[in-house]
Order: sequence, then structure tokens, then C-alpha cells
Amino acid sequence: MSEKQALLSVENVETYYGNIRALSGVTVHADPGEIVALIGANGAGKSTLMMTIFGMPRARTGRIVFDGKDITQLPTHEIARLRIAQSPEGRRIFPRMTVQENLQMGASLDKLEFFDEDSRMVFDLFPRLKERINQRGGTLSGGEQQMLAIGRALMARPRLLLLDEPSLGLAPLIIKHIFEAIKELNKNTGLTVFLVEQNAFGALKLADRGYVMVNGIVTMSGSSADLLANPEVRAAYLEGGRH
Amino acid sequence: MADTQKTGRESVFAKAVKEGLLAAALALGLFSLIVGFRTDQNIRNELVLNQRWGLLAIFVLVAGVGRFLLTAYITPWNVARNKNKRAAVEREQSTFRKSFPKIGLGLLLTYPFLVILILTAYNGSIMGGLQGSLKYVDNFGIQILIYVMLAWGLNIVVGLAGLLDLGYVAFYAVGAYSYALLSTHFGLSFWLLLPMAGIFAALWGIMLGFPVLRLRGDYLAIVTLAFGEIIRLVLINWTVVTKGTFGISGIAKATLFGIPFTPGPTGFAALLGLPNSGVYYKIFLYYLILFLALLTAWVTIRLRRMPIGRAWEALREDEIACRSLGINTTTTKLTAFATGAMFGGFAGSFFAARQGFVSPESFVFLESAIILAIVVLGGMGSLVGIAIAAAVMIGGTELLRELEFLKRIFGNDFTPELYRMLLFGLAMIVVMVWKPRGFVGNREPSAFLHKRKMVSSEFTKEGHG
Repeated sequence: MSEKQALLSVENVETYYGNIRALSGVTVHADPGEIVALIGANGAGKSTLMMTIFGMPRARTGRIVFDGKDITQLPTHEIARLRIAQSPEGRRIFPRMTVQENLQMGASLDKLEFFDEDSRMVFDLFPRLKERINQRGGTLSGGEQQMLAIGRALMARPRLLLLDEPSLGLAPLIIKHIFEAIKELNKNTGLTVFLVEQNAFGALKLADRGYVMVNGIVTMSGSSADLLANPEVRAAYLEGGRH
Repeated sequence: MADTQKTGRESVFAKAVKEGLLAAALALGLFSLIVGFRTDQNIRNELVLNQRWGLLAIFVLVAGVGRFLLTAYITPWNVARNKNKRAAVEREQSTFRKSFPKIGLGLLLTYPFLVILILTAYNGSIMGGLQGSLKYVDNFGIQILIYVMLAWGLNIVVGLAGLLDLGYVAFYAVGAYSYALLSTHFGLSFWLLLPMAGIFAALWGIMLGFPVLRLRGDYLAIVTLAFGEIIRLVLINWTVVTKGTFGISGIAKATLFGIPFTPGPTGFAALLGLPNSGVYYKIFLYYLILFLALLTAWVTIRLRRMPIGRAWEALREDEIACRSLGINTTTTKLTAFATGAMFGGFAGSFFAARQGFVSPESFVFLESAIILAIVVLGGMGSLVGIAIAAAVMIGGTELLRELEFLKRIFGNDFTPELYRMLLFGLAMIVVMVWKPRGFVGNREPSAFLHKRKMVSSEFTKEGHG
């Protein structure tokens, strides 16, 4: 793998839930400006890796380095302050707060200093959110909630955006819209995106590179085109399940 | 069309009669042993069985008739009302709702004088009005406002930050005892000790906060419950300092800019040339607690619009999301505990100054439960709802003392105030059935893009906000 400075590098990380090992010796990295996809089946450990990067749960062995700084032992909120933002699994928006308040929560690192500017950017990306600005988060549709989760993460002015299953439970048309928005963001601002997806085809089409995870182990890695062409990947994740 | 309506009406009636009889039979079966018989000890220490058929009949009648009315009238009326409501736009009542806090505030500010005015007219003399108003200003006004303040303080912890605290009375106790002890030992004035009591209570809030940082929900509730009991037991057993169950008496009263409310020549009444009366002190206390309560409300409203208040609310909604947005949940929780506790401490020191006497008796778990019940009944997070709930519940229990005529119905040894918990229970059930999120269950957003009108009903009815 390339020896230039990666923005995020996860080295040999093992994570346990009690005595159960969820990740074993995981090594992945994301270079600046890249979209990296991590694909795998249910329960493969994708979300665990995502949360481990955020220190919930903490990695038992191995190292997680962001921009040259070891973040393995940092508390979660300090990891977030390094400008790693996340749209977590299950979206986790604040249901009783309005869309605007949710976005404000996302901007709390800068104490709302760039709120107007950044919220305009989010609304350009997801015009639907603007229509619903004073509506409570819990009353949004699934797709809108996903947009809000991504928008809230973007409000933190991230250098690295972690997206956990942004396509989960959404209609194909909305998935397409969200993926296009991510691509646009990456192209326009050079934002580095680390994407976890079950929807392997869509994710690999979007990403520059990809990893395949099975039972807490990274079994394959390579450029998206290579993975899309790989017969094993095709058999396990693509054939029959195309979105 | 009319015919089907009529038969529908009749079938409802028949159903109601049937259900009413069933409920009466059930009540008879259930209560005949519980209510119908009562064992008493007579003068020779023997057990005697008393039969109370009259009371049993009342219970059965209430159950039967209640069920009948519910099925025959209230349920159809409710269904019809809901139908109408859907058609009507909710804008109508919003003008009343919007001005309600202002009307309420005006009433609160003039309450003692209104009472005096009414009683003066009623008694025909100003002195009679002043003396008569004592009860209303003290038992109703001050008592209710203490609970309003406590509930608003607890609301910061439970309603905003979502941390279920069953030991809130501990901070009330800390405030009361810090005033009582520092005032009796060092002779410090109320105005100096009021903020100090708040600070002490806040420190205790942080001390409680640290060990429970990792707990949520039920576990947090149990630990806070234990904390409240520990404080009470310390107060009982640390007799050297607290005088145990005897309590501390002779606590100095509060003064108005150094003017004491005593009958002497330097007292408030003499200085203003007013006739001597205890009522001035009560009116002063009323405005003091009103000021403290409004301070609590004002701080709550301000904090909700600030990052820390926003963080509390976000913490209530989703702790993990909060952390991954860079919010330090440790300090957020601790500030919630400390702020809530501080207002408990203020209320405590006021309580000590008002009573002139504190003992551990006043800080039992039941008090915590009542304060929490008020917060839940009023709708977590809603200041107006909580104030209404406090007025209804505390005013209701005070009112029970006044209902002398109940003695004529239930006999002379009937003490209505013993039934105040029943009132709480009933109110709980009624409100939870009628409005599961409390009196004012809707959370007011604290930020708007354009105007408040923008929260349009067409969006909000889509799901459940």
C-alpha cells in the first residue's frame, strides 16, 4: 500500500464485546480526498470498526492514527473535535428536536460560528431538509432522516466523514440521491469519506477503493473496479442482490 | 339514517348498563373483604370486627355508576369531540395559550393583594382582611411556589437532561441545613447564605454526579434514590452537628434590606407606620419565593437557548450521538446535576427561613416522589405545565384540609388530608391516560428560522413528534 501520509489509518485493531472478539487484526486506511468503502454481510463487524474509530468501544490492541495523531485512547468527544464526523448506524438524529436544532447540534464544535454558511451548503445538497427546517426530526421520513444525519455530520466541518449504512431501509431513488450527494461533496470539497455499506454494488460504484470484511477480518482490498470484477466478490455480494 | 342512529344509541345504553353492573359486581367482590369489614382494637385490647356496609355500598355504587357513565356518555362524547377536533384548526386556542404565561404572571404578582382585597370586602375590615389572608398567602401561595420552584429545578435534570433523579430532596435538605447551621452558629444573614446554600447544593450535585456518570434510566434512578436516603440518614445520625431528629429550631428570619419583620420599634410595620401583623412577613416571603421561582424559570429559558441547554436536550435524546458530535457528556451531565441541585439548595434555604425550624422529617423520599410526579404530570421540560401541575397537586392537597363537610359524610375520624396520595395517584392515572406526555407535552423548539408560525400542522401530524 502507498507510503504517503494517510488521513486515517487503522493498524491491526482488535475489538472485543466482553469476551467476544468482533474485530481481529483489522488494517485499513483512507488517503486524503478518497472515498473508501467497507463492504460485508450483516454482523461482519463493519459498524464495530466504525464505532471503534470513535472509541466506543475502544480497541483492545492495535493503533488508530488520524492525521499523524494516535487517537486510540482518546475520549469520543475529543476524537470528534479533531473533525471526524459520523453519520452513525440507525441515524441517531435527535427525534424531538427540529431539523434546525439538529443541525445546530452538529455545529456545536464551532459554537454556531459558521452556521448560516454551512447550513446553506447542507440545504443545497439536500433541499428537502430546508422545506422541513422547523419540523421535528422524529417526524421525518427515513430518507429525510438519513439526509439529516449526514447534514448534521457535515455541519461539524469534518475532514473525515464516516458514513454507516446510509442506504439502509431506503428506496432506490433516495439511495441514488444520497450517493450522488456524497460524490458531489467529495468532488467539490475534497472531503475524505469512509463508507460502510451492505449495498455492495452501490458503494463500490461510488468509492475509489474498497475493503471486504467477513467475520471481523478484512479478507480483500483493492480498487473499486477490481473488486467489482472479482468473481468471489460478485458471487458473495453482488449477484442476485443488485440494487 | 335517524333510525340507525337511534338503535346505535340504544345499544350503547344497553352495553353501558351491562358494563356498569359488571363493574359493580366486581367492586362488590373485591371490596367486600377489604372495605366491608374492618378489625379494630377495643378498650380491652380485643380485636373486634366492624361491618361497614354503608362504605362498601358507596364503593360499589361509584364503580358501577362510573363505568356506566363512562361507557354511555364520556366515551361517545370523546369520540365525537376527536372527530370535531380533526376538522377544526388548532389556531383558535393558540391566542389563549400564548397569553397564558402573561396572565398567570400577572395573577401571581398581585395574588397577595387580591386576597387581602377580597377578604377585606368579605370581612368588612382591613385588619380582618390582613389576618384572613395569612392562610391563603402562606398555605396556598408560598407552599405552592416552593414546589413550583423545586419542580422547575428538577426539570433541568429530568426534563431537559433526561437524567431520572429520585433523590432531589437531598439538595433541598442540603440547602435548608446549610442555612440553618450557618445562621444559628455564625449569625450570617439570609441574603449571604442564600447563594452559599445554592453553591453547597451544587457541589453536592457534582458529588452525586461523578459516581453515576455511566448510569442511565433505572440504574441512575436507584442510585439517586439511595443518595437521597444517605443524606437524610446522615442528618438523623450526625447528632453532634444536626441535633438528629430534634432538628434545628430558632433559625433567623429573612430581613428586607436589614429591616426585620419583628413587632418592635425597629420592625417593618413600625417603620412604615402600619398596624402590627404577621402578614407582612408572609407577603414578603411570598414575593421572595416568587422571585426565586421566576429566577429558576428565567435561567432555564435562557439556558435552553444556549449551547449547554441544547446539549442537555440532545443528551436526553441520544447520548451516543451527542458524544460523536464532540459534546463532552461528562461535563454536560455534571452541569445539569449541579444547576438543578443549586435551585434545590435555594429553595431549601428559603424553606428553612420560612419555617424557622428544620428536621430530617421534611426531607423524606415522599417529597422527592411528589416533586418528580409534578414534573411528569406537567409534561417534562414544560415550565407552564409544571407550574399548573404544582398548583393543582399542592393546592389540591391543601384544599383537602379545608373540606370539613366530608366529615359529615364519612364520620368524625375521617381526615381528608390522609387521602392526598390518592389524589396524586388519581391525577397521575387521569393525565397519563388523557395526555401521556403530561399537561403540556409538546416541546417548544428553541430555535426558529423565520417565525413561530412556521411549525405548520400539516407536517407535524405526519408522525408523532
